Amino acid sequence: MALKLLAFAAPLLLALPAQAQAPLAAQGCLGCHGPNGAGQAPVPALTGRPAAETEALMKAFRANERPATIMGRIARGYTDAEIAAVAAHFAAQR
Amino acid sequence: MTLLTRRAALAAASVLAAPAALRAQPAAARLLVIGGGFGGASAARFARVTYPDIQVTLVEPLTRFVTCPYGNLLLGGFKQIGDITHSYDGLRARGVTVVHDWAEAIDAPGKRVRLRGGQTLPYDKLILSPGIAIRWGALEGYDEAASQRMPHAWVPGDGSQTLLLRRQLEAMPDGGTVGFAIPDNPFRCPPGPYERISMVAAYLKRHKPRSKILALDAKQAFSKQGLFQDGWKALYGEMIEWVPGNRDGKVVRVDPREMVLESEFGVKHKVDVANVIPPQSAAAIVTGNGLAEANGWARVNTQTFASVTAPDIHIVGDANNGAPMPKSGYIANSTAKQAVASAIAALRGQAAPEAVYFNTCYSHVGEDYGISIVGVFRPGPNNSFVEVPNSGGVSPRGDLPQQRALEARYADAWYAAITRDMFA
Repeated sequence: MALKLLAFAAPLLLALPAQAQAPLAAQGCLGCHGPNGAGQAPVPALTGRPAAETEALMKAFRANERPATIMGRIARGYTDAEIAAVAAHFAAQR
Repeated sequence: MTLLTRRAALAAASVLAAPAALRAQPAAARLLVIGGGFGGASAARFARVTYPDIQVTLVEPLTRFVTCPYGNLLLGGFKQIGDITHSYDGLRARGVTVVHDWAEAIDAPGKRVRLRGGQTLPYDKLILSPGIAIRWGALEGYDEAASQRMPHAWVPGDGSQTLLLRRQLEAMPDGGTVGFAIPDNPFRCPPGPYERISMVAAYLKRHKPRSKILALDAKQAFSKQGLFQDGWKALYGEMIEWVPGNRDGKVVRVDPREMVLESEFGVKHKVDVANVIPPQSAAAIVTGNGLAEANGWARVNTQTFASVTAPDIHIVGDANNGAPMPKSGYIANSTAKQAVASAIAALRGQAAPEAVYFNTCYSHVGEDYGISIVGVFRPGPNNSFVEVPNSGGVSPRGDLPQQRALEARYADAWYAAITRDMFA
């Protein structure tokens, strides 16, 4: 929500982006999960996944509670706030 | 419209609601990107997708981009040059003006760049991502002519260096020795030499199994060392000999005519094929325009990537002094986005966004045997980069065939995804 408000508060001269700007933390995902997070087989899509589900997954990876090839090492680099923002962003993508 | 009045208009617009006339024809901010590789192409695409009102011009001498990543798979025989060559048409279709020319001189106070072809391009913000230059002569005997006998294949250009090395491997008789000269830190792609050793070994094992690899290293340790060495033993037995710097591994002189790599203590290793990975610095556009420190790399603000000496020039990719972040394609991609977002924020009179930088480097030890290193970094005290504690790191060691196989396929997905994030 805070991110949305920020976007709308941006100066008008540089008009609103056509595509909602991903939080920069979410930009980091795209190098493996593909542009927009739409997936790059066999790496799964992030788009459209409910935010609560992504958030829970990331926190399970972070806590070593879910077996991972690489996501455990990644998830431990991010804060709760970043995980929430990233999850919300991809949930809103189609 | 002059820059001053445009800036005044920008400032006014941030306070007042923009009048209809201004909204109808806004003066687009001009983002100039130099270098069409992992940093520059990512910056150009990200800028067009995220800020459609920004004018983006990309200057890149070559009409096609051959990636360093996956060049090693070409050496192994698993990829063809077409698989690692990319067009700029996708960026053009997104509205990027692509200019195929060399950027020669930057007028930082005047905010313009002179091209070799004579054109001068003005900018409001410059994203400079020119990559590395080879320090010809820093390794005695290794000049541009020598690289035709002993390819570096570390700056792919049009792909000719990688293809030359491949042809030399194909021409070598079974039982020959492939020599590697590997430099001290920092250099482009820290795990790159060791993935290359692996892929050359994969080729030799299949086609010339009596051959040997002699890897002469200036360093005592290297990226993902335990994992690489486990994999070498498992897949290639005794084929690979790695000689660290403290066991006279450092090559200080090469003789391309005699195909000799000479060590610090004067041992002359005669080889059949030599891959010399030479000492490097930031590209000439950085060092030649006063943007590099004495060590040859550009110092930047660790939140915005603005040069510490020229605030409207954001320097990303391998050319900057990003340690402890590696000089990798993923870091170039990740930091280029932060640089663009920071540059646009500055034009809007806003603070730079919070920064988090992401890296994953996969390496193929075998075609179906992948390993990785992950790093999450943030700006730290005294303009440093700091890795987030207890995060990242390398793949687990041990007999984990499923992990290795998955990581090999994830590496392929990474290559496809990141090149789409640059060029699609």
